Amino acid sequence: MGATRQILLTRHSVLPGFGLALGFTLLYLSLIVLIPLSATFFKTATMGWGAFWEAVTTPRVLASLRLTFGASLIAALINAVFGLLVAWVLVRYRFFGKRLIDALVDLPFALPTAVAGIALTTLYATNGLIGHWLDQYGIKVAFTPLGIVVALTFIGLPFVVRTVQPVLEDIEAELEEAAACLGANRLQTFVRIILPAIGPALLTGFALAFARAIGEYGSVVFIAGNMPMISEIAPLLIITKLEQYDYAGATAIAVVMLVISFLLLLAINLLQWWSSNRTKSNR
Amino acid sequence: MSLSPLFRLLGAALVSALLSASASADTTLLNVSYDVTREFYKDFNQAFIKHWKEKAGETLIVNQSHGGSSKQARAVVDGLEADVLTMNQANDVDILAERGKLIPADWAKRLPNNSAPYTSTTVFLVRKGNPKGIKDWDDLVKPGVSVVIPNPKTSGNGRYSYLAAWGYVLKKGGNEAKAREFVTKLFGNVPVFDGGGRAATTTFAQRNIGDALLTFENEVQLIQKEFSAEQIEVVYPSLSILAEAPVTVVDKVVDKRGTRKQAQAYLEYLYSDEGQELAAKHHYRPRNDKVLKRYAATFKPIQLFTVDELFGGWQKAQKVHFDDGGIYDQIFTKK
Amino acid sequence: MSATSVLHTPVPLEQARSAATNEPALMRWLLIALALIFLTLFLFIPLASVFYEALKKGGDVYLKALQEPDALSAIQLTLITAAIAVPANLVFGVAAAWAIAKFEFRGKSVLITLIDLPFAVSPVISGLIYVLLFGAQGWFGPWLQAHDIKIIFAVPGIVLATVFVTFPFVARELIPLMQAQGAEEEEAAVALGASGWQTLWRVTLPNVKWGLVYGVILCNARAMGEFGAVSVVSGHIRGMTNTMPLHVEILYNEYNFAAAFAVASILALLALVTLAAKSFVEWRFGHDQQTSIEEHAA
Repeated sequence: MGATRQILLTRHSVLPGFGLALGFTLLYLSLIVLIPLSATFFKTATMGWGAFWEAVTTPRVLASLRLTFGASLIAALINAVFGLLVAWVLVRYRFFGKRLIDALVDLPFALPTAVAGIALTTLYATNGLIGHWLDQYGIKVAFTPLGIVVALTFIGLPFVVRTVQPVLEDIEAELEEAAACLGANRLQTFVRIILPAIGPALLTGFALAFARAIGEYGSVVFIAGNMPMISEIAPLLIITKLEQYDYAGATAIAVVMLVISFLLLLAINLLQWWSSNRTKSNR
Repeated sequence: MSLSPLFRLLGAALVSALLSASASADTTLLNVSYDVTREFYKDFNQAFIKHWKEKAGETLIVNQSHGGSSKQARAVVDGLEADVLTMNQANDVDILAERGKLIPADWAKRLPNNSAPYTSTTVFLVRKGNPKGIKDWDDLVKPGVSVVIPNPKTSGNGRYSYLAAWGYVLKKGGNEAKAREFVTKLFGNVPVFDGGGRAATTTFAQRNIGDALLTFENEVQLIQKEFSAEQIEVVYPSLSILAEAPVTVVDKVVDKRGTRKQAQAYLEYLYSDEGQELAAKHHYRPRNDKVLKRYAATFKPIQLFTVDELFGGWQKAQKVHFDDGGIYDQIFTKK
Repeated sequence: MSATSVLHTPVPLEQARSAATNEPALMRWLLIALALIFLTLFLFIPLASVFYEALKKGGDVYLKALQEPDALSAIQLTLITAAIAVPANLVFGVAAAWAIAKFEFRGKSVLITLIDLPFAVSPVISGLIYVLLFGAQGWFGPWLQAHDIKIIFAVPGIVLATVFVTFPFVARELIPLMQAQGAEEEEAAVALGASGWQTLWRVTLPNVKWGLVYGVILCNARAMGEFGAVSVVSGHIRGMTNTMPLHVEILYNEYNFAAAFAVASILALLALVTLAAKSFVEWRFGHDQQTSIEEHAA
């Protein structure tokens, strides 16, 4: 234990339990995530490099990857902006029905994704409650890529709200008061004081909503229309590979998605680590 | 706040779940089937349990598992202990012989009619009064006609529709190139590709998308019942495809579990008069001519061709048309 | 009140204070309105439509859908699954957050990213990996079959898949919060002679209780609602290995929309129960805090 501390820790800490906590974390992570996920790599390896490259660079797969990552990014951005807004409103203001709204925010997780997909399709189809209204302005949502964004926004909605909310609750009013005393206006206070404090949480929420959207399948198939090259997401292609009993082909697409997701998430997490270090040294 | 009642409740639930999984003395059969046979096998299982009780004096429990056909076949290959498998296309059964060595390769010869006790075919559903005047396959490829077909990549129903259209051209004397052109036009008219047949029905009936829906004949009755018959009409094309629903005993499983006798009897009962009658009641075309005649009102005579006849069997059809890079993919990627 | 009037404290202090930490009323209402419009379009209407569809054919159909034996066994299985998956991920979450938030070590960002990864994995693949491991054609399949141990197409597989898809929740909820709080309080506790466990119980956990509660609620909601991954490993045996979301799919595919949405609405209600529990705890703790503050003041 002492040894792990010395090798790994870059800063000395008086707190105990590092070895135990990290050891358990790594063990559990390996058993539940890493070893099972490695199966996808091994399965993919059975097909050989040439076949792998061919399988993942067909126009159809490339189009679906572009769509999946693009739609996920847009949905995660929408959730970052509006999730922050919702968290802010829920923490800072009092208004009628606030508690109920606070309670409802988590429900997108509880609904089976297929139900979410069906409900959203019913509403956003051209004969649906919202779709009918949007149709008058020539906006079609269901059975277009826009529908995918709507579904992904719905299923990722709780992430940003719920990661930002506890941090926002923790911010001490004194800091803001001090800023105001020093002559900062409200916007300056928000940008200079509040945003840096909630920044890491906001980034976390964004990253999670983004990650969740990339993998999502159940709700999207109902609303997407699944038109090849236009509204066909990558997880759907995984399914179609499995329909042909092509396990290796399915895991090949999964591996590509996994590697891209890993790199993107790593970039976000490094950014967050860097920004929180900066604020710490600024303090 | 005391948590102990909650834990006790959970504990009880856990124990009962474990018990119910292990402690049943009766013989059980598991029938793994595709999505839309639920209603039929619900009735059939009851009839068979009664029949077996009378014949062998044994109380059976028949469990059902339903899902997308290939997915279900995959689960059996991967270890889902099915005593019998009832699918809607032969290559989903072939895979058991190929991948899992669970059944012999000549499984189809073990029961009459290619081991397919009942069949269906692809028909059209149109809006009330048939406003677009859709009578036959040619009407579906006209510009401005929108046709709902489930995704052939993920749905057996969609695959049959595709092959039916292809076969129609061949049967009319066209060549492969003509057939390809026709199918390309047909799929150019599809606005939405749902994952399965029932989702496609919902798109057509509830979202009001499309002028026609292509689906199995056995689905029509249920659709008309659930979505008000006044709004939807059936159209029988001049010719269509024979969708054979193959069944098999899963040898490796029944030998391990000691259920071969019961499983075999279960499948044979499908061919009995009672079994055929039940199939017909649920709008699957029976193989038994007597029963078929009795239900002549339901099953309009229609010229049918088989997958074996025009496409050289399901394995070949799957490979040429639906596998990655196959003709279906080419339709969409190489315009 | 009387004290302030005696001391002639300038009244505007309160106003200045609120101006410093609050927005003008117009801005406030604008923000609330925007948040509500967003939530209405993306959350309230879809949720309301689920309940509307569930109750469209009347309360009888609703109740009947829930009394069906298959529905009951699905509810039971879902609760058992969540009851195993959530505590497992809770323990992991606390351990991971402790290691990551309280210490500086190499490879931290990589570790956090690996924890995030299960979210990015398509649900089908989340199920498939366990098939590749434990399936008849998989690594351990033949051994498991020889010993007649069932993992996939049985309850253990369903639990494993659920643990996988809900893996990051508690950890990811706690990490940013604990990072924001820093390690000063814990260091002080240790300096005063508290053991590691005491520090965790008395200092850290009380400090992060809201994050912890949110994490558990989200984890629980998702554990009950997961469809894709569970669908791959369940085997779909009616009345035995169907969870609530799988049962919903079956009902929907039978065109039994009212019943399908009824079971879905129960899932939503179960999630609301955990939220009600949270509000209850909040109310009690809030109450306790209030009294302790008053005691201090006295």
